[in-house]
Amino acid sequence: MRRASWLIPTLYILFLMLPIYWLVSMSFKTTNEILGTFTLWPQKFTLDNYRVIFTDPTWYMGYVNSIIYVSINTVLSVVVALPAAYAFSRYRFLGDKHLFFWLLTNRMAPAAVFALPFFQLYQAIGIFDTHLAVALAHTLFNIPLAVWILEGFMSGVPKQLDETAYVDGYSFPAFFVKIFIPTIAAGIGVAAFFCFMFSWVELLLAKTLTAVAAKPIAATMTKTASSSGYELGLLAAAGTLTIIPGAIVIYFVRNYIAKGFALGRV
Amino acid sequence: MNKTVNQKAWFFVLPVLVLVAFNAIVPLMTVVNYSVQETFGDNVFFWAGLSWFKDVLRSSRFHDAMGRQLFFTFTILAIEVPLGVIIALAMPRKGIWVSVCLVLMAMPLLIPWNVVGAMWNIFGLPEIGLLGKMLNELGIDYNYTRQPGDAWFTLIMMDVWHWTSLVVLLAYAGLVSIPDAYYQAAKIDGASSWSIFRYIQLPKMKRVLTIAILLRFMDSFNIYTEPSVLTGGGPGNSTTLLSIDLVKIALGQFDLGPAAAMSLIYFLVILLMSWIFYTVMTRNEEQ
Repeated sequence: MRRASWLIPTLYILFLMLPIYWLVSMSFKTTNEILGTFTLWPQKFTLDNYRVIFTDPTWYMGYVNSIIYVSINTVLSVVVALPAAYAFSRYRFLGDKHLFFWLLTNRMAPAAVFALPFFQLYQAIGIFDTHLAVALAHTLFNIPLAVWILEGFMSGVPKQLDETAYVDGYSFPAFFVKIFIPTIAAGIGVAAFFCFMFSWVELLLAKTLTAVAAKPIAATMTKTASSSGYELGLLAAAGTLTIIPGAIVIYFVRNYIAKGFALGRV
Repeated sequence: MNKTVNQKAWFFVLPVLVLVAFNAIVPLMTVVNYSVQETFGDNVFFWAGLSWFKDVLRSSRFHDAMGRQLFFTFTILAIEVPLGVIIALAMPRKGIWVSVCLVLMAMPLLIPWNVVGAMWNIFGLPEIGLLGKMLNELGIDYNYTRQPGDAWFTLIMMDVWHWTSLVVLLAYAGLVSIPDAYYQAAKIDGASSWSIFRYIQLPKMKRVLTIAILLRFMDSFNIYTEPSVLTGGGPGNSTTLLSIDLVKIALGQFDLGPAAAMSLIYFLVILLMSWIFYTVMTRNEEQ
């Protein structure tokens, strides 16, 4: 049984890669080849689909917009989650358990339920169609997640660390920034990874809260799919490019993924 | 860890509280507001009491969507959780293959949801998609845009493809946290691989698996983008899950009252189920 065990992950990874392969191979085909014949790999290899995306601002600005709001969201979520997670891991205070559960309930809120009210709210305060709007909206589910992960990591750090620092004469802010944050750096990395991930993949709110100036790449794709008919090659190329930022991020955090799941309580 | 009582800790929580409350409470109150009013446009509203809730709870459309939603959620849980555990058990524990496996397996998790839908849409097309073409070549009459059964098959395959890795990563994290001494002790006792799994590995994975089930439950109940790109709820209404139906009513027909009432019922169902999971989970941690 042990000898054959490599077979299971291999088959699973093969299953994961097939649809991705199909998307990537389609992005190098011409529209005629896609619609006309069934080919396992591109017969007439073309980079035209990518050329369109990199020369047309409505396309490449979509990527820029997505990356901007995802970055704002990740920084914002982690920064405000840090002190909150510290409070949850170190202190008991009035209503702490209820507050923690209430935070988690926001992770459960279906985006479809909130799409319209969100639109009205952000319209009313005048930040509709800005990167900030999407970044703020995504904090709804990313802050609870970041608090949850960071609290897990911080609870793994013994309290003696705090006490020793006070004895050594550190003030609380100095201790927090100079000693505590470096200690849980891995946890911050994992929390940032998850914030990036959930903000990058979300479309419904991002699409609802933007019109032109901050439109995410995913919205450009849906619009193309419906307006310009059946340009599958172009769509496949755009899809392929959305996989790349995620792949880069995974590569950097690969050693923390398993650890993050174990220590943090995601 | 024994925690000290400190009410000033509220100041640490305040930024989170303000941001999340702004995003959660104002929209939620808007939904509550709509759910008890009737409008004929022009921003004129009338008090409607609980009539929308009664309508929604009685409508067969809502019952059908809820039924499809429950079927979907429990089917993917029944497939993804055991499959994820089996894959995690078979994964290597040391060496470069660990990184290779983790990076490749995590990839579906970082693909935008509409791209996941579009990818499977193309992959399954009977004429030009790899999956669709293959199945038809094998003599299976497969067309997910016409046959409800095929649409369901594709939808479930897509979700298994998309999210099983999350269960694998969590289960794997639980497994690597088991000290080697446990396995050595089991070996001395001559334990079978089944009893190692039953009495060592499964108890150690209990916490992470509860989290996996909780996350998969919440997210599969909220699923919108992937099925709406893949099938758009069709053919007919056969794959119209709750949130797809909700968006059709709210943004398609602009029936704000019924949509809001439905939203609240929907949210309460998720909340109730998650609360049950959460209390079970925290009780296990305290033991």
